[in-house]
Amino acid sequence: MTKEVIVAGFGGQGIVSSGIILAYAGMFEDRHVTFFPSYGAEMRGGTANCSVVISSSPVASPIVAEPDVLIIMNEPSLLRFEPRLKPNGLLLYNKTLIKSEPKRSDITIIPVPANAIAEELGQGRIANMVMLGVLAKKTGILQLATLKKAQRIRYKKASEEQLSLNDQALERGYSFL
Amino acid sequence: MAEKRLMYGNHALVEGIIYAGCRFFAGYPITPQNEVPEYMSIRMNEVGGVFLQTESEIAAINMLFGAGAAGVRATTSSSSPGISLMQEGISYIAGADIPVLVINIVRGGPGLGNIAPAQSDYYQATKGGGHGDYFTITLAPNSAQELFEFPKLAFELAEKYRNPALILADGLLGQMMEPVEFTFEPIDPGKLPEKDYALTGCRGRPRRVVRSYDLRPGKLEELNWKRYKKYQEIIKNEQRYETFNDKDAGLIIIAYGTCARVASAAMKMARDKNLKVGLLRPITLWPFPKDKVAQLSERIKDFLVVEMNCGQMIDDVRMATQFRSRIHFLGRPGGGVPTPPEVLKKIEEIMGGGR
Repeated sequence: MTKEVIVAGFGGQGIVSSGIILAYAGMFEDRHVTFFPSYGAEMRGGTANCSVVISSSPVASPIVAEPDVLIIMNEPSLLRFEPRLKPNGLLLYNKTLIKSEPKRSDITIIPVPANAIAEELGQGRIANMVMLGVLAKKTGILQLATLKKAQRIRYKKASEEQLSLNDQALERGYSFL
Repeated sequence: MAEKRLMYGNHALVEGIIYAGCRFFAGYPITPQNEVPEYMSIRMNEVGGVFLQTESEIAAINMLFGAGAAGVRATTSSSSPGISLMQEGISYIAGADIPVLVINIVRGGPGLGNIAPAQSDYYQATKGGGHGDYFTITLAPNSAQELFEFPKLAFELAEKYRNPALILADGLLGQMMEPVEFTFEPIDPGKLPEKDYALTGCRGRPRRVVRSYDLRPGKLEELNWKRYKKYQEIIKNEQRYETFNDKDAGLIIIAYGTCARVASAAMKMARDKNLKVGLLRPITLWPFPKDKVAQLSERIKDFLVVEMNCGQMIDDVRMATQFRSRIHFLGRPGGGVPTPPEVLKKIEEIMGGGR
């Protein structure tokens, strides 16, 4: 079993963090993982993306050309990455911020009002956690509990208040479907 | 089994250098290896070593010369343009037969190039690099795990042969994260064997001299032949590589570093399509694993070289095959990274319907 995931959105939406949390969670569940961020002349508000591979066997290429799963957090990323998704792949997109509709008919599409759900919890910036929760439920590749453990490693300097809010966002995503 | 830690390649490399017992690092910042000096500045401080951000790469490599001559394990790290600046110093170090470790996290070139991953410093790394008759032992890791393990191996080889060693990686390996297992106990630098050439103060013993020149008639020629013999020994003893699926292969891909990872994925895709593809990954780029390639070329008609450059390894492959096999090439210079489907397409072009 190998799942290749691309997470994409604006810088500041927790794109890189989402990827690292997925990689940690995969490692905690004894899978082979790689995480690779887009790097270069990046800026806040610019686009960011990262590739994560989670596999039961050693990961060959950390470069993901055609992902199995896309987590898309903003409009430009939908345009850029939708064509690359594998046939029968899974597209999760942030319905709150993305107004256009995905075009493909050979994939599974799940619109998630990620920012709206995060705002209900009091913080738009934890929309990424909502998406990871949906991913865990829909694909079954990772346990909710492992994602909770992983986010606590990624955000180890955050307050307990923030960490439990992140947990709640993961749960809301998990029970969204 | 040791605990696994999810780490950036660049950070794994730093831990590997510290674990190898190196306590001297000098370098100057450059993308895409800035995480190396950044993290090194913290770790060296923790273990009581020396971390120096020098005024230039030239200063860094000459400090390495000094530290190496004093007998300690010393490292510098840079990326392509910075490594070019260091070539004079590397030549001096090779000319003085001093073991040091130089890390090149290669970026797109030539010139200032860009900051994307590349392998375009292959010639520079494997054919000497600076002036004079010399070679540097060159290791090409392809994972965060190997970035952790190779500094130790590099120092061991460098000290065994009294020769500078290079680790040639690229921006992608440095920037990606993978689980790393700390497979060996940290080496205590105080317990490393003393070097019989080290300049440690000559009270009570004869004076030692470390230098890279000799003006006495015939002496330098003699020294070069002596060093030539050392290089022949290294070529004979130290060719390292990994092979996959080579037994029944009709085509073998030759790729190192990041490209070996991509090629390995392409190989799996090809095997799923019943195309008999194998992979040879050189681990030492110098010495190039020419004996294995020669052996394979007795049977393999087609080799596919995959590199992030315009084909710098082809010469080595072609010489090793003694012109018996066809050499195909897929290259992505200037910061391009090939994808597995791209490599698969090339395989299909070469193999047609499969054999």
